Amino acid sequence: MTTSTQTPAAPTTAPSRRRRGSAGRFQGGNPVVYAVAFLVVCATLGPVVYGVLGGFRSNAQLADAPASLPDPWIFSNYTGVVTDPSFWQYTLNSVVVAVVTTAIVVVFGVMAAYPLARYAFKGREVLFMVFVAGLLFPATVAVVPLFILLTQNFGLGNTWWGVALPQAAFALPMTVVILRPFLKALPKELEEAAQLDGTSRIGFFWRILIPLSGPGMVTVGVLAFVGSWNAYLLPLLLLQGDMKTLPLGVADFSSEHSSDTAGVFAFTTLAMIPALVFFLAMQKRIVNGLQGAVKG
Amino acid sequence: MADDAAVTTAPASPATSTGPAAGATRQGRPAAGRPGGGRRAADSKLRKRLEIAFFVAPALAMLALFVVWPVITAVQMSAFRWNGRGPLVDFVGLANYVSVLTDDVFVGSLVNNLVIVVLSIAIQLPLGLAIALLLNRKMWGQGALRTIIFVPYVLAEVVAGVVWFQLLQPYYGVLDTILQSVGLEPPAQGWLGDPDLALWTVMAILTWKYLGLAVILFLAGLQGVPEELYEAAQLDGASWWQVQRRITVPLLGPTIRTWGFLSMIGSLQLFDMVWILTKGGPANATSTMAIFLVNEGTRSNNFGIAGAASVVLFLIALVMAVLYQRLILRRDAKGVA
Repeated sequence: MTTSTQTPAAPTTAPSRRRRGSAGRFQGGNPVVYAVAFLVVCATLGPVVYGVLGGFRSNAQLADAPASLPDPWIFSNYTGVVTDPSFWQYTLNSVVVAVVTTAIVVVFGVMAAYPLARYAFKGREVLFMVFVAGLLFPATVAVVPLFILLTQNFGLGNTWWGVALPQAAFALPMTVVILRPFLKALPKELEEAAQLDGTSRIGFFWRILIPLSGPGMVTVGVLAFVGSWNAYLLPLLLLQGDMKTLPLGVADFSSEHSSDTAGVFAFTTLAMIPALVFFLAMQKRIVNGLQGAVKG
Repeated sequence: MADDAAVTTAPASPATSTGPAAGATRQGRPAAGRPGGGRRAADSKLRKRLEIAFFVAPALAMLALFVVWPVITAVQMSAFRWNGRGPLVDFVGLANYVSVLTDDVFVGSLVNNLVIVVLSIAIQLPLGLAIALLLNRKMWGQGALRTIIFVPYVLAEVVAGVVWFQLLQPYYGVLDTILQSVGLEPPAQGWLGDPDLALWTVMAILTWKYLGLAVILFLAGLQGVPEELYEAAQLDGASWWQVQRRITVPLLGPTIRTWGFLSMIGSLQLFDMVWILTKGGPANATSTMAIFLVNEGTRSNNFGIAGAASVVLFLIALVMAVLYQRLILRRDAKGVA
């Protein structure tokens, strides 16, 4: 939402800033604004940075001077985590579950959104309302019966699929709701031109719609991925032992080693890195995708 | 994550929602109304139906299997006394609902949920709005600032909860140590161990976690306010405060209302953070409805009770969603029409 609006506005910013500079009051930083911004940054990042740095300290250091920098820097907490095979097992589980969830959400989501956006047929709005109504069924409400069904009826207890499939199902309504205006916004002329060239609607879907809706798919894909990566409740009920995902691993480690604060910080830091990096790397795409949806 | 998408697409509705009906018929004409004999038309109609089915079926099947079926199962479970094994035989009618609704723990959890719903909005709305208004200007490091504000939201609730749990450890946690060093007395049982304080502590951490979402959404909404309005107001001699109060905040209305809706639904479902910080304790002081139903379902094997609690939670969420829609969001819909 932020960067993309700044870029197209670039040519106009210079003159308008000058104008505003003379008006004075409305724009530009002043000391109060920077002070507030600084406070917000400290409050936001403080606990995170403390956790990251805490991983480089010993428990004795943390106890003696809780609010100081590592002295000396200790790497054993982090090396302890990265040499722990169960950390990598949890990471693998998280990656597989998140990738499967994302793939299902994006493929089925764009398929469902296509006719809802670009076909004219009776009952289309009713069908769309089915997905909108799906928004009202949060996973939390259904989690206990879901647990029963998955373990007893579907035989998916303690499997990657058992977590990924329901997660994808619960993410689909939001995905369709986001993608539909996005697909709708693609110009109608494209479709007409394709038809004149003899392309079928399915051909149009594969050859034109899919490539053009990349940003929208990235948006919903990232949302699904981060949602799955951070999910806790369903994995908590379904997964045990070697099948656990990282959030379960973090929670276990924290309760098993609750007095080893430095170790907990190191484990937590390493567990949060993938989500943060993924989000930061994709931030512009998310922003652009959402911006596109807004314009549509 | 999904939340912010919903809100940012919301402003699109004026543009799109007027379009669907008109755009659809226009689009359909070249395909459906092409002249060429009855049989060809019927063929192409059938073909179109098949195409629609092909595209929509996988998603609908997923919803039926993993959303609708479990919800029906919850209703079914709620009418039986059942420990999770064997067939459902011990039919008890509405008895599970009676015991859920008269259970002090459930009622306490429901009250906690409602407190969290109200406080989340009451705290995050003014704070988020203030920060967004303050940061909505060209200033050094703006891009970085927006990214940083969003960081807590991207972290898993589990990760954030574990870090805060360590920071709040009684006596040797960093917060207590700092308080002691400046001569203040931290609570004897710890921030999360004192039944009178625990819910407020959880509330503070939730604010830390979710304030960024409000700020980012409000900032995005502010981008949609035309610059000309500011300039015109400035020329008329309006002060900064007047501009914000009379122009910016009203124009931000739809964004704020949609955010409020998402915040409410999220608060009603709260589980992860509380589970990590307190498991609902001490003495159920921080329990939520989700904590209650997971405890009943997986720890006590009272699946009938868990089913009834699920249905009650769903109905409460539904009623609140509909009321919100009717009383608050309707204004936006009217504005569009």
